[in-house]
Amino acid sequence: MQELLVISGKGGTGKTSIVAALAALAEDKVLADCDVDAADLHLLLRPEVESVNEFYGSSKAVIEAGRCTGCGRCIEVCRFGAITKAAPVAGGENSASGSRGSIVQVDSLSCEGCGVCTMMCPAGAITMKPNLAGYWYISETPYGPLVHAQLGLAEDNSGKLVTKVRQEARRLAEENKARLIITDGPPGIGCPVISSLTGVTLALVVTEPTVAGWHDLERVVKLAGHFKVPVTVCINKYDLAPEKSREIEAYCYDEGLTIAGKIPFDADVARALVNAVPLTACSRGAAANAVKAMWDSLLVRMEKIKMQ
Amino acid sequence: MLVTVASGKGGTGKTTIVTNLALALARKMPVQVLDCDVEEPNAHLFLEPVFQEEEEVTLPVPEVDNTKCNGCGKCSEVCAFHALAVAGGKVITFPEMCHGCGGCAIACPTGAISEKPHRIGIVARGQAGRIDFAHGKIDVGVPLAPPVIRAVKRLARKEGLTLIDAPPGTSCPVVAAVKDSDFCLLVTEPTPFGLNDLKLAVGMVREVGVPFAVVINRSTLGDLRVERYCRQERIPILLKIPFDKRYAATYARGKCLVEEYPDWVPPFIGLWQEIERLVSQRARATGN
Repeated sequence: MQELLVISGKGGTGKTSIVAALAALAEDKVLADCDVDAADLHLLLRPEVESVNEFYGSSKAVIEAGRCTGCGRCIEVCRFGAITKAAPVAGGENSASGSRGSIVQVDSLSCEGCGVCTMMCPAGAITMKPNLAGYWYISETPYGPLVHAQLGLAEDNSGKLVTKVRQEARRLAEENKARLIITDGPPGIGCPVISSLTGVTLALVVTEPTVAGWHDLERVVKLAGHFKVPVTVCINKYDLAPEKSREIEAYCYDEGLTIAGKIPFDADVARALVNAVPLTACSRGAAANAVKAMWDSLLVRMEKIKMQ
Repeated sequence: MLVTVASGKGGTGKTTIVTNLALALARKMPVQVLDCDVEEPNAHLFLEPVFQEEEEVTLPVPEVDNTKCNGCGKCSEVCAFHALAVAGGKVITFPEMCHGCGGCAIACPTGAISEKPHRIGIVARGQAGRIDFAHGKIDVGVPLAPPVIRAVKRLARKEGLTLIDAPPGTSCPVVAAVKDSDFCLLVTEPTPFGLNDLKLAVGMVREVGVPFAVVINRSTLGDLRVERYCRQERIPILLKIPFDKRYAATYARGKCLVEEYPDWVPPFIGLWQEIERLVSQRARATGN
């Protein structure tokens, strides 16, 4: 089984539109959306959700007010500034919420779940509670099964949720005897991208002909190199700045990177997006043709990797 | 005032808003730009600052003294991040997994664990004309952005305007950037993707509790669903920038709109005046 990952260094280069367009071309595959922060692939593939599953991230500290003596040891040891003294509460003096009219509170947005406070609390008032951080789904789409997820707002652990989505996509691919997984990757080069990159067959990096696009391409290519993942490049909207495209091509040539495709700016792409249909399923225009040609070259490249 | 520019998804034009707003205002008041998109900082490509200082950002990671360690495994047991493992009676550390909480050193019964700084990225400061500039950059292969974001934010000044270019998304790195801001601008585009991600970003900002408004970029390239949503949710739309191939080309070359098209200076100054008005309105409402 092979896995094609589409990433971009930065967002907005057209990753998801390209994944959807490839999804409409590829046969015998499972799709995975690893952009768990802001998943978008489902907007184009119109999935029918078959199973909804809870995702628990790292635990969060919870203070049992009745036991807390307000000594403040937890505040001292927390390196993430997640525990603070709460403002005095009216009537707090006599309440069970702590002595001296104040209680200690946890800011769950800052809590990283390390548990140091539980170790250090002399009153045994702090416990770590599992935190429902999001959901992952298995869906059926007109283009094959899709595993996707949604991280809860302001939650952490997107890397772990990405790993979960990938595991499920693999399990599903084995079950269906699919030969390929196509994964829509998260933006950036941090924790979620690292989780989506390890062990894939080939990473298609989508870039755009701008100074920012080029800068981000260089960073993500380095990251893929770090994890020894083969890379090929797609320049999207290449004709918006032809001279920048040529510079990026020269950079790729110098780095020994192949260009899998160059896709022109085409109003059909925005139209497909607004109508929520994969480009290759609704257009015979210049961009759709370029994606088809790119798909052929990706197949050849993955076949070569398999032979090695 | 601390104003963060964020968006649910990348590529909507956060950096465009930050750099143009900074350039439009720099002639009138002190402006600082902090690029907190530490995975892919881009603002420097447009503002071209002269960097004067660079500082390493480190996390305290465990160092095991093998003469004191008895291989009991208490450290790996307490580590919530799987940054230590015991194999063959010896402790192996994975500094790239470590969050620097110090739990292992506390838990070690023989006092074999001390902490040493481990580099995860840098913060660079400089000057771009009148604009005070700083950005953070995580080292390639480092999964932990928030400590670098916090290091950049520590440079925020009190006077004038500090503009933060936030990372995309709605999870911990963005929260680290948006927290403690006086105002948040959410940049979006009028497509189903833009709308989906805007809704997530709105949920995130509401969760963090910062007042916010919307800017629509490439406003002529899509449909009206974003505007309809903003109207229903009573979210002010402070600026719209139409799609124009000339603007795309300006951006591609690393140039700013207000430099090549000075007509855009007044709209950006207007954007700032609206932000000021909304912040003071809110301050009055909350009695601060």
